[in-house]
Amino acid sequence: MADGTSVPIDVIAPGQVRARRNTMQRFAQRRSTTGFFLCLPLILLIAAFVIYPAFYAIYLSMLNKKMTAFVGLGNFQFLLKRHTFQLVIFQSCLFAVTSVVLKAVIGFILAHLMHNIPGKNQRIWRGLLLVPWVIPLALSTLTWWWMFDPSYSAFNWVLNQFGIDNVPWLGVGWTARFCTIAVNVWYGTPFFMIMYLAALKSVPEQLYEAAAIDGANTIQKLFFVTLPMMRNIIAITVLFSLIVTFADFDIVRILTAGGPQDMTHVFATYAFQIGIQSGDIPLGAADSLFMFPILAFAAFFVLRGVTRRTKEIAA
Amino acid sequence: MSTTVAERRIAVAAQRKHSLHRSRMWALWGSYIALSVFVVMFLVPPFYTLMTSLKSSAEISAQTGSPWLVRHPTLENFWYLITYPNFQRYYLNSIIVTILTVAVSMVISVLAAFSLSRMGFWGSQTLSTGVFLTYLVPPSLLFIPLFQIIGQLGLINNFWCLVLLYPTLAVPFCTWIMIGYFSSIPKELDEAALIDGAGYLQMLWKIFIPVAMPGIIAATIFAFTVSWGAFLYPLAYLYTSNQMVLTVGIISDLIRGDVFQWGKIMAACLLASLPPIVIYAFLMDYYVAGLTAGATKG
Repeated sequence: MADGTSVPIDVIAPGQVRARRNTMQRFAQRRSTTGFFLCLPLILLIAAFVIYPAFYAIYLSMLNKKMTAFVGLGNFQFLLKRHTFQLVIFQSCLFAVTSVVLKAVIGFILAHLMHNIPGKNQRIWRGLLLVPWVIPLALSTLTWWWMFDPSYSAFNWVLNQFGIDNVPWLGVGWTARFCTIAVNVWYGTPFFMIMYLAALKSVPEQLYEAAAIDGANTIQKLFFVTLPMMRNIIAITVLFSLIVTFADFDIVRILTAGGPQDMTHVFATYAFQIGIQSGDIPLGAADSLFMFPILAFAAFFVLRGVTRRTKEIAA
Repeated sequence: MSTTVAERRIAVAAQRKHSLHRSRMWALWGSYIALSVFVVMFLVPPFYTLMTSLKSSAEISAQTGSPWLVRHPTLENFWYLITYPNFQRYYLNSIIVTILTVAVSMVISVLAAFSLSRMGFWGSQTLSTGVFLTYLVPPSLLFIPLFQIIGQLGLINNFWCLVLLYPTLAVPFCTWIMIGYFSSIPKELDEAALIDGAGYLQMLWKIFIPVAMPGIIAATIFAFTVSWGAFLYPLAYLYTSNQMVLTVGIISDLIRGDVFQWGKIMAACLLASLPPIVIYAFLMDYYVAGLTAGATKG
């Protein structure tokens, strides 16, 4: 890594420098023009494959199945009346909220445990705990599927050893819901752990010393020092994870494909089923647009935190 | 009298120090024990993947004894996959798509981050916030309209559509990481470069990229992770085996109807997870630093 002092001397061109000094204004103008052109690939990419599809989705959702006639909000009405879709809304919220809360709590505990042990060992333990997060989710979900297998599976074998009957893990609605949440928690907790660990490390030690002098016990330290200092990062991590979990596709698709009786469908998998597999693209688009309100809600709060940070950088 | 008080005080202090030390030791050992429990729980699925991948089909279908242990370890599943042309194809496709995605994403996001962190132009503040917002738009919201768009481009069932689409998943966050790293470079450095007559691209290439190398590594790993593990887009847009990438290829090829070749599936999962695991094993620190740097500043 260059240490900044090694600015190349061989590129000096005195005439150029003088010319540039002449008009500060032109310099600034050219600078912003260059800046714009450097951003152009990014702008084009996002415009073509994020913004345009987002508006296109709104347009599509208002067409009929053959995409020949405009039906207004008909698709949305149709979906809301459907029992399956009501299950989808319930399961999506249950899945996202339960998983995020569990991930946040377990991640918090893990970060604290990790913070207790000396730095040199921390690296190894962190590496071990990050394994679930490193393996591509679609692949590790396959393993979970195999472990949940009803006949000769890892979990049922263990249960049998204790004299408990086979559990049809993915065959019964609520059990299957529990399984999808469990896999999501397994996958997402390490992310919370590293974020919280970084936050814990950034809390100044003096604050704890001051609290100790004031006679605070461990729980008081947690509630009056640690949590307030970590408030920001907890909020951002939770909101962030809420968005990602809410939009999750891989786990449910592979584990249950929405089954038993559509009880585990979330917005993404349901949109896939009706939009891609059954070929009703407008209905699928309408389904996935239902995600928008909650995403916008979460994005609003994330954005508030982010603009605060942008100001700090500018300052 | 006074001496005894002093003595007692010293004794009490010593005792307190001792008990403090002891409670610290307890906290340490408690943490280790609790962490071990979590590590075991977290590593159960990878362990089971490994065990199953070492079993022959006969041993899996026999369904006797503990499924957690392998009695006759064999590498036949791995050998089958390595010599299986379809699997080679998936692997190759994954590598091509990932390398191109990473290259495209990094070029776009480094240029944009350089511009957004240094050259204010009209609307650049809005743009940098907007870039972050696009990261919050999940692929599951866009895949249906994109299905139509990709169809109009004639790229359905063509893995090149992934090279177009994956950068949208990687670029926003990579740009975000890079803006953070570039902003932390002192402005004196670019002034010095400008006075020496360096152009903007020279400045970027000779100063910003070398100085922000940890950030570049973090962003590259992120782009790699995203494009290696993405599942929704390839599942929706690819359907013949010569175009598939690993994540979908394994599922559609090794699961035929009700026939699950679990040994082979698990071996394929291991082989497919190998590149990320190797990369993380060496570069985890950069990645974690890059991820957490942005968050802890805020």
